[in-house]
Amino acid sequence: MPSDAEIAPAEPARQGRERRAAGRVLHRSSLRVLLRDPMGALGLILVVTFVGMAVFAPWLAPYDPLKLDVMNKFQPPSWAHPAGTDQLGRDLLSRIIYGARTALSIALTSVGLAGIGGLILGMIAGYGPRWLDGILVLIFDSVSSLPMIMLALAVITIIGPGTDTLILVVVTVSIPAYARLIRAQTLGMAQSDFIVAERAMGASGARILIRHLLPNVVGPLVILLSMDVPIVIMLEAGLSYLNLGVRPPTPSWGNILYDGYTSLRSAPHMVLIAGLPLVLSTLGFTFLGEGLRDALDPKLVKGGA
Amino acid sequence: MLRYAARRICLALVILLTVMIAMYAMVFLIPGDPASLALGPRATPELKALLVQRMGLDQPILTQIWLFLRNAAMGDLGYDVWSQRPVLELILEFFPKTLVLGITTLLWALVLGILLGAAAVVWRGTLTDRLLGLLSVSFISIPSFVIAIYLILVFAVWLRWLPAIGAGNPGDPLSQIRALVLPAFALGIGWVGYLARLVRASLLEVMGETYIRTARAFGLSERRVVFRYALRVAIIPTIALLAVGLGSILSSAVFVEAVFSRPGIGTLMTGAVSNRNYPVVMGCVLFMTAFYLFVVTAADLLIARLDPRVRDAFRR
Repeated sequence: MPSDAEIAPAEPARQGRERRAAGRVLHRSSLRVLLRDPMGALGLILVVTFVGMAVFAPWLAPYDPLKLDVMNKFQPPSWAHPAGTDQLGRDLLSRIIYGARTALSIALTSVGLAGIGGLILGMIAGYGPRWLDGILVLIFDSVSSLPMIMLALAVITIIGPGTDTLILVVVTVSIPAYARLIRAQTLGMAQSDFIVAERAMGASGARILIRHLLPNVVGPLVILLSMDVPIVIMLEAGLSYLNLGVRPPTPSWGNILYDGYTSLRSAPHMVLIAGLPLVLSTLGFTFLGEGLRDALDPKLVKGGA
Repeated sequence: MLRYAARRICLALVILLTVMIAMYAMVFLIPGDPASLALGPRATPELKALLVQRMGLDQPILTQIWLFLRNAAMGDLGYDVWSQRPVLELILEFFPKTLVLGITTLLWALVLGILLGAAAVVWRGTLTDRLLGLLSVSFISIPSFVIAIYLILVFAVWLRWLPAIGAGNPGDPLSQIRALVLPAFALGIGWVGYLARLVRASLLEVMGETYIRTARAFGLSERRVVFRYALRVAIIPTIALLAVGLGSILSSAVFVEAVFSRPGIGTLMTGAVSNRNYPVVMGCVLFMTAFYLFVVTAADLLIARLDPRVRDAFRR
């Protein structure tokens, strides 16, 4: 599904420093706007909860997520096992808590790396020589005409399933969208007065890119990144469900869901519970992304109305 | 128009060519040779040698790429490593099933999405509008295969209304339709949300036009203004998006087909990925990419035909 972050390219800043100062003021009021919006606040709460689960998993999980206890398999939820147990008697709640670690570490790593890659390539395309821009844009177009799932399956066939493969695929597929956004921003800004002035004063290309363009193009990228996190969570879970993602016994929401699916009739509590973190985390990140977009871009607050 | 069409088609072909070369190069970038990759660690040297020869892997790389491109252009996508059937034959057998699912999905999502989007505009600013907005975002973000599994649990296991797996019996349209309901629902619900938002946004833009004011001045009811006059214009960007929609639905069908064990390109591919049957995977990816590019380019050309502003923008 195309990400529908309708981000208007930021207006070229007249003064880098002035804009940065304005950015700081905007930052505090943005948080207030975000929290006043019930959807954004809910998103923030959900995201913080899941990040907390991922970070503090060893302290939160009541059991070892890998510990087998076949005598107690398929237990429905109880005081001892609040979410029940799976087909091998492993505690589901603990597996879900550790699953948050798997999901978020993959999502944040890959989206972060893709963001950095997109930033670098986009700035090169936007500020570098014309011929390089042409080649890069053609590559971006080619990669983005490959659906993410298709490319994922192709890469998995060749290098085998696993966490690294997943990250590689997400980074490859996501870079073009980020790079294009950054390229458009860079192109728009390269002609602005403060860049021209900087160049006239003899600043090197690298200095202009890093000191002056970079701080001005990062904002919209952050919104796009937060909106893409749920897509990566979905891809990881989907591929793990197909046994083409994270390898068992590592707890992943997709693996848990698959285990639940195979015992759908005998232990329906497993799928019911295993689907919840997926639903809630994707909702959380989407709500947060939407809230952030509204908070950071006052023009869109009314949702286009 | 002709120049625009030629440029658009050339662009699509160049992209397809780049994708093909990149895919083929990818196979050679990784350590280990493709033949042992496909046959697994226990293959005998004779079997491997046979496959190497069959697939032309003993030729220099540039020759191989050339042969691959030439064959693909003539519709030869290679052979399934295990069943020895031509890959194109497999694709042509499975693709129509996925296409039926994709088109059904797109149609019902389109109808419901437009209705919800228009309803949000009729009652804009009210609680209904906010609730519809919340629903749309939720629909978009919840993964389709989670919805698929919940649907199976409720409608197939508990209520026993609809089949949980398969595509129905051949020659029995009713059972085929019954088997289509849950997958089409799971696959389309995200697009309902997406289209509802899109229709709402473009409707709101149209509602500011003067002819809408005129219609109102004639005393027409708000519902009539929205459905009879505004929707007609506002729907154009939505139609433009349908081509992209079909492409994206067909590829996310992979997960839904797997959950429902429904024969189609998705199940063909996931099976082939597990077996590392890479000619099949590559063939499917190429076919789907080509199909996607074809649909998107065709839609762009159609829109340019209808709206001269688009091709002028491209010329500049």
